[in-house]
Amino acid sequence: MSEQKFKYQGIGRDYQKKLLTDWYERLQNAKSVGRKVAYLFVPGNVAEFLRVFDFELVFPEVNALQCGVRKTSGDLILKAEDVGYSSDVCGYVKNDIGMMLQGNIGPSGTEIPKPDLLLCTYCGCTTFIKWFEALAHFYDVPLVMLDVPYLRDGEISDTDRQYIVEQLKEIIPLCEKITGNKFNYDKLVEATKHSAEAENLWVQILHSAKHKPSPFDSYFEAVFFMAPIYVLRGLPECADYYREALKEITERIEHGVGPIPDEKVRVVIEGPPPWPHFRAFWELLKHWGVCAVASSYSKVGGFWDHGFRHDYTQPFESIADYCLTCYTNQNLPMRTELLRSYAEEYNADAIVIHSVKSCRSFSVGQADMREQFIRKWNIPTLLVESDLADPRYFQAAQLKNRIDAFFESLEHKRLVSA
Amino acid sequence: MTFEEKIEHFRTIIDDVSFPTVSNWKEKHPQQKVVGMFPVYTPYELPHAAGMLQIGVYGAGGKIEIDHADSRIQSFVCSIARSTLELGLTERLKNFDALYFTSICDVARNLSGIWQTNFPQQHVEYIHFPQNMNNTSAPKHYRAELQKLVSNLEQLSGKKITDKDLLQSIKTFNRNRELCLQLYQIKNSTPHLLSTYEAYILLRLGTLLPVEEHSQLLEEIIPQVQQRNRTPRDFVRVMVEGSFCEQPPLELMKVIEESGCYIVDDDLLLHTRWFNASVPLNGDPLLSLAESYINRSRYSSVRHYGNNPRKKLFLEKIKSGKVDGVIFCAPKFCEPALLDYVVLKDELEKHNIAYMTFEYEEKMGVFESIRMQVETFVESVMFFS
Repeated sequence: MSEQKFKYQGIGRDYQKKLLTDWYERLQNAKSVGRKVAYLFVPGNVAEFLRVFDFELVFPEVNALQCGVRKTSGDLILKAEDVGYSSDVCGYVKNDIGMMLQGNIGPSGTEIPKPDLLLCTYCGCTTFIKWFEALAHFYDVPLVMLDVPYLRDGEISDTDRQYIVEQLKEIIPLCEKITGNKFNYDKLVEATKHSAEAENLWVQILHSAKHKPSPFDSYFEAVFFMAPIYVLRGLPECADYYREALKEITERIEHGVGPIPDEKVRVVIEGPPPWPHFRAFWELLKHWGVCAVASSYSKVGGFWDHGFRHDYTQPFESIADYCLTCYTNQNLPMRTELLRSYAEEYNADAIVIHSVKSCRSFSVGQADMREQFIRKWNIPTLLVESDLADPRYFQAAQLKNRIDAFFESLEHKRLVSA
Repeated sequence: MTFEEKIEHFRTIIDDVSFPTVSNWKEKHPQQKVVGMFPVYTPYELPHAAGMLQIGVYGAGGKIEIDHADSRIQSFVCSIARSTLELGLTERLKNFDALYFTSICDVARNLSGIWQTNFPQQHVEYIHFPQNMNNTSAPKHYRAELQKLVSNLEQLSGKKITDKDLLQSIKTFNRNRELCLQLYQIKNSTPHLLSTYEAYILLRLGTLLPVEEHSQLLEEIIPQVQQRNRTPRDFVRVMVEGSFCEQPPLELMKVIEESGCYIVDDDLLLHTRWFNASVPLNGDPLLSLAESYINRSRYSSVRHYGNNPRKKLFLEKIKSGKVDGVIFCAPKFCEPALLDYVVLKDELEKHNIAYMTFEYEEKMGVFESIRMQVETFVESVMFFS
């Protein structure tokens, strides 16, 4: 992509980097400027609600994945194992505990402030509860649960929605007490408006991958593009970011280019990336001209495919719906059907499942999904295993063999049927 | 039959993965339904009120090879999930009309989804337990969850479930829990009269029988236990923690006891004594069950604790049980147990209480290294604590 021809290329990545750097700096200075800090998880997060009280927000999984990308997670995990954590438990938890034990210096070298509030949004991951119970033990700070029922019946029930709304309303006095800021309904309305605006733009980027060739990699690029929608939602800069990022994608469509110079295979990817070997994993697929046109991981925090947007006319209810529908809170038959429908809508040739040991919420059931994709719907499916945080589980040679064999046979099938 | 002979006879029943008690019951009650209950705690009262048989489904305990389930669940997942699926795929659960899973962990939750896909002829419930114990809406929400189960059971059985039915079932299970608790009181006050190996078999048998039959059996057997003529030994009083879902091989409990320990408390088969007090028999039965879960449950790694941290309850249990040391005995890959271990052992270190730890799997067959570990632990508690 030459400089003369393109005006916006690289903006999505660079702008995101700047926003995250600014955010980490804000976190470092939070205490000195009198801001209170809330820790919460990415899936189904209630950022809009906490912004009403002017909390600075810390997302421990984001710290963990950033450590993975910067290849510091291995040492941090070992540090946590030294104090008794098993080698078989979630690497994100161990990364976070290891980081805390080493003075809570975050991935970008800035200090992550201690929490004033731990708000555990229980959205499809039981390990979240154990994680924050441990943080409550180590930091000795209040732990508040936001109990989000799993979509066990395949759809939102009004009982579950109201249950979340009632819980949020009951948390208000504690948030007011911690921050000294009164709840302000208008601020909540404003935050949800910002969110909806950003979501509309983000969805356009995600849906752009329906083009051929796809202008966007919905897995390897989406993991960077999606950061603002999870950590800065509810703020005006979130929508600003997506406005700029959409320009980059639109420009790619206009010029018929995409992230893969010569798109040969379109895939749907399920599961989180192997952060400590992110680049290596991408290269293994790029080698075969693979572009991820849809992924479940980009919906790990929230799910907009079926039209959901934060709704300022009923902010509490829409926050509840956001929590309920994030990908990890959808039941296994819903997840399976979603991936199948992605394969159809995005015209994908195959499904790739990256199964990670750390996250059983994601991984248990993926092997069963593969059986269904292959047997019921005749969709070629590759399942590979490693981890999202622990570099010890990434077996490069083994992965290469499996990936090469799969795409070689896919290519062969194409040749034969041509 | 002597008490010891009875125990060995019961062991053959609990070891039989073809579920003979279920086939026998089905023969006698061909029109009635059987519901499988995955651990840790499930509301046994509800299917009972619908005239169904509730059977504990605790995996295969290493009794079968995992041939088919391997293609559906990865190797880094606990044995109980894989062997339970294997039981299903090898048609050993064909007499079950429904299965209950609960929100204890992500594995159990996703297993419910795998079940829905692979066994469409069986009714599957995934029960959401409240995790926000401080919220005033939690009892109402959990009550609605129980009401949904009741409606589904009515559909399955074709029988209306009345409040009277529910109250009768609650009463029946209250009685059973009292009896199970009596076994634990014996284990604590006179551990030489009842080993954990024996107590476990008696309780596990209850997961395979109609509750009335089990209560009757316990009513007959408890006096026999109390009259046993056995001499107390100079053993260390330990508590086993972490075995609340997947069950350890019974030989492991034997090894711990043979190495010089009285296991005076544990979290095995926790549902048999889940509530700290009887579920009230006045008022709305479903609300009583809901409030009992939220306000009167024992602590467990799979139940969030609200304002009363688990580590505090854990220490209280150690104190009230006059426990000398703790054995953390968790299944491999069990995140709730393994993650809690660090917090709980920190508390033990703060209070200078001895502990040791190891992991187990269903297929575990050699226990000699654990025997040596426990013997060393016993010596250290006896002579240095």
